[in-house]
Amino acid sequence: MTDTVSDTETAPSAPTDPTPARTSIVGKRRVGDSVFLGLSTTAAVSIMIILAGVAIFLILRGLPAITANWSEGDLAGYQNGQWSNFWEYVGPLLFGSVWAAFIAMIIGTPVAIGIALFISHYAPRRVAGALGYVVDLLAAVPSIVFGLWGIIVMRPLLLPVGEFLNEYLGWIPLFQGPVSSTGSTMLTGGVVLAVMILPIVTSITREIFLQTPRLHEEAALALGATRWEMIRLAVFPYARSGMVSATLLGLGRALGETMAIALIVSPSLIYSVLLLTDGYNSQTIAANIALNFPIATDLQRSALIGTGLMLFVISLAVNMFARYIIGATGPGAKGRKKGKRS
Amino acid sequence: MTVTAPSAPLALTSGQLPRFIEPMVLVGVAIVVAGLQLLFGGFNIAAWLILTAVLYLIAIGVGSSIVENRRKAVDRVVRGLVTAAFLLAVAPLISTLWTVVSKGLAVVNLQFITQVGGTAFDPDTLEVVATAGAWQAITGTLIITGIAALISVPIGILAAVYLVEYAQPSNPLRRAITFLVDVMTGIPSIVAGLFAFSLFSLIVGPKAFSGFSASIALSVLMIPIVIRSTEEMLRLVPADLREASLALGVPRSATIIKVVLRTAASGIITGVVLAVARVVGETAPIFIAASFTDNFNANPFEGPMQTLPVMAYTAYSFPGQDIDASQAQAWGAAFLLVVLVVIFNLIARIVAAVFAPKAR
Repeated sequence: MTDTVSDTETAPSAPTDPTPARTSIVGKRRVGDSVFLGLSTTAAVSIMIILAGVAIFLILRGLPAITANWSEGDLAGYQNGQWSNFWEYVGPLLFGSVWAAFIAMIIGTPVAIGIALFISHYAPRRVAGALGYVVDLLAAVPSIVFGLWGIIVMRPLLLPVGEFLNEYLGWIPLFQGPVSSTGSTMLTGGVVLAVMILPIVTSITREIFLQTPRLHEEAALALGATRWEMIRLAVFPYARSGMVSATLLGLGRALGETMAIALIVSPSLIYSVLLLTDGYNSQTIAANIALNFPIATDLQRSALIGTGLMLFVISLAVNMFARYIIGATGPGAKGRKKGKRS
Repeated sequence: MTVTAPSAPLALTSGQLPRFIEPMVLVGVAIVVAGLQLLFGGFNIAAWLILTAVLYLIAIGVGSSIVENRRKAVDRVVRGLVTAAFLLAVAPLISTLWTVVSKGLAVVNLQFITQVGGTAFDPDTLEVVATAGAWQAITGTLIITGIAALISVPIGILAAVYLVEYAQPSNPLRRAITFLVDVMTGIPSIVAGLFAFSLFSLIVGPKAFSGFSASIALSVLMIPIVIRSTEEMLRLVPADLREASLALGVPRSATIIKVVLRTAASGIITGVVLAVARVVGETAPIFIAASFTDNFNANPFEGPMQTLPVMAYTAYSFPGQDIDASQAQAWGAAFLLVVLVVIFNLIARIVAAVFAPKAR
């Protein structure tokens, strides 16, 4: 069996070797080897093809509506708005998507970081793993179930909150009336969305909190810091970039979340920051597609796919930015030691 | 320890609240709030919890800053806040599961599972008769998810093999693909649905809805998950095993298939099952790509197909004449969906436990 020498004649870190480098000893190439290498390379390259395909087909299918004349035909007065072109139509939707995601982040991120801290630094070591699993369970619940839950539990629960905010803080534009009597508000949608992004933000920040070098923490405690001061002095500076990118990944998730908003919020296609009203809420791209796709004509579907293309572009940008931050500044990037607590 | 110190408090021992002060204050505040609520108007569990939490934080903060010092007060308040954050996450989980189970159990029975539901117009009585049933949706969910798994598992595992076993860390293709897989996990699910619809509407024309199209959409979401988990598992396989096999003259492909993949098998299967559990609950992409129907359709290549999540959505958003019956259908479908997710998660756990490589 000496004919595979070229395979084994490589660096000691054998597992991550590329195709065998040619050395002076040339072995016979095996058919099985090249077939398997070909198959796995094809599979890897197909990732690029799929992503490119997503972009290409969305553009192909969305282009007719993007370039169409919106003053006549199916698109004239689509969804009761007078749009002169595609960009005017997609504007409020884009704003709504970002706005809803923003609300969810404002509510969800502090809670998610709190949970991560609780699991990594406050909970008794023995139960911490189980508690982490409980939070991960939130990610396993299908989004449609959260949507239905939002309708029958969160809407009534948040009604008094809405009335309270409007009565005492109504002078802030966000909380202006008329207050909804059903609870189908952006506030409810934002809260449910916040619940849905909790697990992703929590699991990433928790991992990074756990990687804080043990010595930094012990040094802070030895200097007499309380636990909170230790966290502020040792954990947060270490985990800052991780927290930022976790937040961005959560934002990406919130941008694309469809069902919760589609089921809960009662929207219109307007630029609106109101949180407590019924029917004066902004609409998100994803929910708008879900609500209108089945009843749309072919050209209208093109318009909806065009908005989907915009959503794809934004969430791609957000995700790339988040990954860039992790890659450039995250723990481990500079070869820091992993001080994992066991 | 009472504060008896003169002007300057004794360094180490003075100004300490007793050890179990926090639970004691919490219980005290809870009882006081409950009492006040019972005195003035009704008892409301949500208001009780929130008021208790707020008053507890104030009480422990003020108490600690009087007896101890400001730094310790902040520490205790933060501890309370962080614990509250955790409880805040558990509350929706419990509430959601409770709602689904209680609402779902009222609807789900053997008939609901085995019957094809929908509405039928009875020409004799001129009435629309609704039958409760989810069999068409269960079949659709299993077929669509099954095909999606068939597509994405080989691609995902082979791509992970390429990334871990063949490509070197400095290989530009590898770096590009790792980055793209990360980005791909962030594709909004509805965009995957739109992609599948666009693809098929350009190929087959306007009647593009089919179960297969939905499977394509789900694969786009599932492939990156499979790659990620498989990659992680392959990296856990000790390099010694590969080296030993290669040193014996075993070809590289045989080493990967018979040594590396076999060692990592239980982890890979667990990852795949969890990936299935993740996509089985996706609503938006299936809704866009396979649309919805009340008819039983087991042919993934033709016509709309019903699935459980879409059934829950459409029954709620586009109810029939009997709104209560539609909503009951929705809860039944949601309950079955949660049961399905739980089953997949259990399978994953069992596979991980039973087939894990035994340490000798």
